[in-house]
Amino acid sequence: MAQIRIENVRKDFGTFTAVQSSTFTIEDGEFFMLLGPSGCGKTTTLRMMAGLELPTRGEIYIDGEEVGQKPASQRDIAFVFQMFALYPHMNVRANISYPLKSQGMKSGDVKNKVGEVAEILGITDILDRPVGGLSGGDRQRVALGRAIVRDPKAFFMDEPLGALDAEFREHMSEELRALHDRMGATTVYVTHDQLEAMQMGDKIVVMNHGVVEQFGVPQDIYDWPATRFVAEFIGSPPMNFLEFEGMIGTGGTEVRLNDVPMEVPQSREGANGKLTFGIRPEHVDFNDDAPYRGRVIATEYLGTTQIVTFETPNGLLKARVPSHEVVTNGQLIGLRFDPRTVTLFDAQHGKALRSQGNEGVFGHG
Amino acid sequence: MSFSVTEPNKGTKWFAGVLVVGYALVTIAPLLWIIATGFKSPADSIAYPPKVVFEPSMEGYVNLFTERTRATDDMLEAAGEPTTWYEEIARDQGTVISGPSRYGERFLNSVIIGFGSTALCMILGTAAAYAFSRFRVPLKDDLLFFILSTRMMPPIAVAIPIFLMFRNLGLNDTHLGMILLYTGVNLSLSVWLLKGFIDEIPIEYEEAALIDGYTRFQAFYKVVLPQAATGIASTAIFCLIFAWNEYAFAVLLTSGTAQTAPPFIPTIIGVGGKDWPAVAAGATIFLVPVMVFTILLRKHLLRGITFGAVRK
Repeated sequence: MAQIRIENVRKDFGTFTAVQSSTFTIEDGEFFMLLGPSGCGKTTTLRMMAGLELPTRGEIYIDGEEVGQKPASQRDIAFVFQMFALYPHMNVRANISYPLKSQGMKSGDVKNKVGEVAEILGITDILDRPVGGLSGGDRQRVALGRAIVRDPKAFFMDEPLGALDAEFREHMSEELRALHDRMGATTVYVTHDQLEAMQMGDKIVVMNHGVVEQFGVPQDIYDWPATRFVAEFIGSPPMNFLEFEGMIGTGGTEVRLNDVPMEVPQSREGANGKLTFGIRPEHVDFNDDAPYRGRVIATEYLGTTQIVTFETPNGLLKARVPSHEVVTNGQLIGLRFDPRTVTLFDAQHGKALRSQGNEGVFGHG
Repeated sequence: MSFSVTEPNKGTKWFAGVLVVGYALVTIAPLLWIIATGFKSPADSIAYPPKVVFEPSMEGYVNLFTERTRATDDMLEAAGEPTTWYEEIARDQGTVISGPSRYGERFLNSVIIGFGSTALCMILGTAAAYAFSRFRVPLKDDLLFFILSTRMMPPIAVAIPIFLMFRNLGLNDTHLGMILLYTGVNLSLSVWLLKGFIDEIPIEYEEAALIDGYTRFQAFYKVVLPQAATGIASTAIFCLIFAWNEYAFAVLLTSGTAQTAPPFIPTIIGVGGKDWPAVAAGATIFLVPVMVFTILLRKHLLRGITFGAVRK
């Protein structure tokens, strides 16, 4: 088991830069998520950690040892591929024992070890089957078996649930998390699914266009996004952005939105000009006394809650409110925003302004 | 596998069946005729109208494998009773066996050269195809086109230069020379075919092997090769068939030690009259190795030809 440190890692493919300059640390035993849309560089980052790609620049430390330019076979890590990549010409047992054979382990020990792993994963009964006829879930378990069988320093998983049915994915993600908690191994997991990332991860790195946008625990990333991209990518529906022109001084606690004063967490940096007022849909309340009003243009019923879309002087806004609130299209409703949860962004470059709320959250910017 | 969305109806199936059987008959008939001729007596083999029913004789095979001298009655008398069945057949023709013919050697040459060049072609072809498929090779597309372009003229068009080069290099009439020549001609085909097969093998398998602690060569050897077996087998059949049947270069470049069977078989005609049964016997035996090889690998061949047509 090991700590993994990435320092200023960059990867170019010809003229295309897949990863610009990433720096973050994965602590020993963490379940770590690399999250981002497709093409953001998350898989490239993972493959560099695994040694399937060599970084153009920068250092990668696994367990304190710099391995950046070492081949995969010398890094003592395991990788679970999206398409499982089980060796099709071998049966389940041969697949799982393959990494042990490369270490020259005695066949008796291999047998015991494979039996042990099969027990953990509940696949003892299929050990002598060819991999061709297995269901998606069993293939996934065999792939995991091949990964955990030799107690590697770290597990790397590239969208391991991507090839499974939605129904089964839920089940498998619980199984994965349980397996991780049992083994306590450092795990790096790539996904584009923000829900999966929030659900399973101890920590998340959000990437976009080869740049690390934010790095932290799921709750911080959800509550205090470092950039507009993160605020938009995480949460469904995403954070609302109300565009306005105004100013806030260092220590300021108020901005004027369409001439209505809005309380915000005390600012730690001043800004002037085009700004964005960010508020999560669940932090919007209806209040008839509120001076800031919006016109209802759509409602979506979601069972216990509903999503109401408003037209406001500063753009569209979605609110998540209990289903029993009766709203009709065209209705004007007073809106109150929970002042403790507001994030202000500089509209120019999309970075969040530092405030009392997100203080200390941005390990990386 | 059906190419139509709807199941073919009875009439279509029947028509297709007739077509296939008809085609099979047309292609198999000459082969059957050759095999039958091998067992005819020389008289039956040139009988007109042609004989379909005949008394089988081993004369052709005996003549194929032996050198005989014509003998007078006195000489036959002096030679005493024939001790073997093949001697008896020779005596019946008024000849005595003076020794084995060269067919055996020529056949062995064909085996060495045919299988040797196929093996070499597979080794080089697989390695090159793997490199083209997996590595960033500078000028990859140009190189691939260049390789293919060697097939854009009939190989015999370069016969004279090759003849002169072989003479200067001392490769004329040597096994090595013929193996290199056939390998050279077949290599472009095998690189292209094998590249297609290797492209179809997901790279994740090798990456999984690398992660599992194997070197790239081990990954290639233990993971890629077994999965490329189908492609290698079908490509090998194509290469072997070419090298085995090649006639023009063999006539030009071999005469003695490295002569293959194809240029040798017609020369049988000259020995003691038009001995068609011996020629047919030579052709029949010549067919066997490729037939056996193809039948052994036919499962791969069928899968190989349709490989990649359907995503599994």
